[in-house]
Amino acid sequence: MGAENSVCLGIPVKVVELDPSGESGKVDYLGTRVQTGFALLPGIELGDWVIVHAGFAISRLDEEEARETLDLLREIVEKSENDGSFHP
Amino acid sequence: MDLFTHKTAISALLGKIKSLTRSRSSPIRVMEVCGTHTMTVHRYGLKTLLRESGVDMISGPGCPVCITPNEYHEAAIRLVTEREGLILATFGDMTRVPTRTGALQTAVPAPRSAVRVVYSPEESLTLAGKEAGKDVVFFGTGFETTIPSIALMARKARRAGLRNYAVLAALWTIPPPLRAVLESGEVRLSGFLYPGHVSAIIGTAPYEFVAREFGLPGAVAGFEPADILLAILSILEQIEDGRPRVANAYGRVVRPEGNPAARAVMDDILEPADAHWRGLGRIPRSGLILKPDYAGVDAVRKYGLDLAAGSEDLPGCRCGEVLRGVAAPPECRHFAKTCSPDSPRGPCMVSYEGACFVHFKYRDVGYG
Amino acid sequence: MDKVSLELGSGGRTMRDFIARTIVPVLGNPRLRKLLDASHIPGGFAFTTDSYVVDPIFFPGGDIGTLAVNGTANDLVVSGAVPRFISLALILEEGLEWAALEKIIHSIRRAAKRAGVEVATGDTKVVRRGQGDKIYINTSGIGRVIAKPNAAAARLGDRIILTGTLGEHSLAVLLARGDFGLEAKVRSDCAALTFLLPLWKKGAIWMRDITRGGLATILSEMAAETPFPLVIDEEAIPLSKAVRAAAGLLGIDPLYLACEGRAVLLVREKDAARVLAALRKHPLGRRSAVIGRLDDSVGRPGELILRTTAGGLRLLEPLTSELLPRIC
Repeated sequence: MGAENSVCLGIPVKVVELDPSGESGKVDYLGTRVQTGFALLPGIELGDWVIVHAGFAISRLDEEEARETLDLLREIVEKSENDGSFHP
Repeated sequence: MDLFTHKTAISALLGKIKSLTRSRSSPIRVMEVCGTHTMTVHRYGLKTLLRESGVDMISGPGCPVCITPNEYHEAAIRLVTEREGLILATFGDMTRVPTRTGALQTAVPAPRSAVRVVYSPEESLTLAGKEAGKDVVFFGTGFETTIPSIALMARKARRAGLRNYAVLAALWTIPPPLRAVLESGEVRLSGFLYPGHVSAIIGTAPYEFVAREFGLPGAVAGFEPADILLAILSILEQIEDGRPRVANAYGRVVRPEGNPAARAVMDDILEPADAHWRGLGRIPRSGLILKPDYAGVDAVRKYGLDLAAGSEDLPGCRCGEVLRGVAAPPECRHFAKTCSPDSPRGPCMVSYEGACFVHFKYRDVGYG
Repeated sequence: MDKVSLELGSGGRTMRDFIARTIVPVLGNPRLRKLLDASHIPGGFAFTTDSYVVDPIFFPGGDIGTLAVNGTANDLVVSGAVPRFISLALILEEGLEWAALEKIIHSIRRAAKRAGVEVATGDTKVVRRGQGDKIYINTSGIGRVIAKPNAAAARLGDRIILTGTLGEHSLAVLLARGDFGLEAKVRSDCAALTFLLPLWKKGAIWMRDITRGGLATILSEMAAETPFPLVIDEEAIPLSKAVRAAAGLLGIDPLYLACEGRAVLLVREKDAARVLAALRKHPLGRRSAVIGRLDDSVGRPGELILRTTAGGLRLLEPLTSELLPRIC
């Protein structure tokens, strides 16, 4: 209901601005930008996808793993459509 | 189509879960220890769907605002009502936790003092810069996901030589309460859903004792409906093959080694301490406190706060039992009758991650 | 309660309870007891009033002046009346910048023209510096009744249509306050809903504009008045990118965000497609969508049920406590 940054929000966001120090910058999600700290992810680069919590990026998104998870989901959907256990 | 939330994928996952639970005589019982997991399960109506597929979801001690006992809130209230020129900066839900001395939100501040709601720890630091003539105390609580950012504020303040900033921190670590829940034997469990973002920080090794010592399966889960169902599938597979372990169903965000840089920040600024959890009592080395070097930004030392007092929950409040997983919110006789977000009796109904609030806001459809 | 709390003005349950328990019993008359946004009065007129205390007074897409005209005109439209005249009462704080006041008066003129209303009477008061926050406005409106909304006549299968995306007004005001450090391209959705008037004769049996409390609160009111439960399809609810981003980044729930130019309509099943087509032709209704229906296969009368994007069902509650103060 309310706005609470303290909650884990799992959406991956893109790093679009980075200060020379690499410690802060901005992330973008669907065209909205927000100031973020990167002190917990040294070596972050423009274009990286990250998870942000309480104003700090805490983890990089592993795009290979993300693809694998999506593939797994697609596989499960296809299998259920084929073996008739599908009940939308 | 966003597969992570879409009906088609969810339905297929539930079908697969059902095929694995079909032969069992009773539902499997999975505990999650993350307020956002509680929220996802209810907000998407997954709880009922899972129950119909043979899985009972139980909420454990996963809400930091909820497990912070009243002595912290009462100390914060005393700070702002008894000290002049002090700004108590905190998150919105912290201001509404009811204690025997009221809530922060309704406390009458001392002259030139105030309670200010902030939306990030960084904001509290900015506030200290702006209000040079006043003392700012950031009252924050969190698990390992939030702890590094709170620690960073303490470090920034110390390095900048800020004399008017201090942190009143109620910092909790996740693995110890899991052991406490298991050792109590109070709740019968089939497995654990491990918190996604705490694990992004601490990695997967800290949960291994659950599989090794207690033989329980578990999986790290993300926060989309499909993430939770994939993790439950992993737990079922572990039950099937009799090999309990710590599986990672959130590989796109969680590395087995976690986030070393974040842990280095924590190790540098904080040290473990025994802590008293609401509902779970005293758990050894389950909390984190500022190291002696940081005494100048530690509100406990700076203001000589007494947190050992051990305050009690409001009468009739079953928040402690809810946090231990022994009572579900609707089982509390106050739930939705004399305890609601408008007039809460305990933090579980106040915090957006609290089990009672989540049950209240995302109510199950009744069937008469 | 012994002192007024901020929650009293939030538009949620606390406010409704206050009106039902404190105002109505004292002033109680049959018309007031209905607790409608606009009352039908003898002579074929509808009468409404609203006060505007939005902070800040200027925000992307509008200002307190645009709100003051549109909000009152919209209350009349959704009550089945063509807005005709409004009163304009200004309470100004000593020290308010002249340029700001002029800008607001011009906004009022433009908005009145678009809404087809005439400012027929008004009043101006000034209070000392510090005793009012820049400017507060009250507008009362009179309209000519052309339809009688009647949710009690709803039937199974009746459709619920939402005229556009949710929450841009709230988000625009929130960001204009500078609290969150978010940069987003979002403009308030504040607009006159007069384009909905012809729909009263084309199949609409009930309408409400989505203000404080958001869609969830308005639908709860609909559910309380219809004889069958409402089932809403979460996936069908139109959301703009900016609001979806704010939801993801800040944890704000779009279902509770106030709008100032969006409405929800209850339409006969046989008329739904035609109403939708008519709405989508209008610039303010391009994102209109059927978001639900009256359906008793799940749930009981009075219930508002959401079918989530994941396929699960849950009850949708009205707003209880204060979300965002001074949003309109």
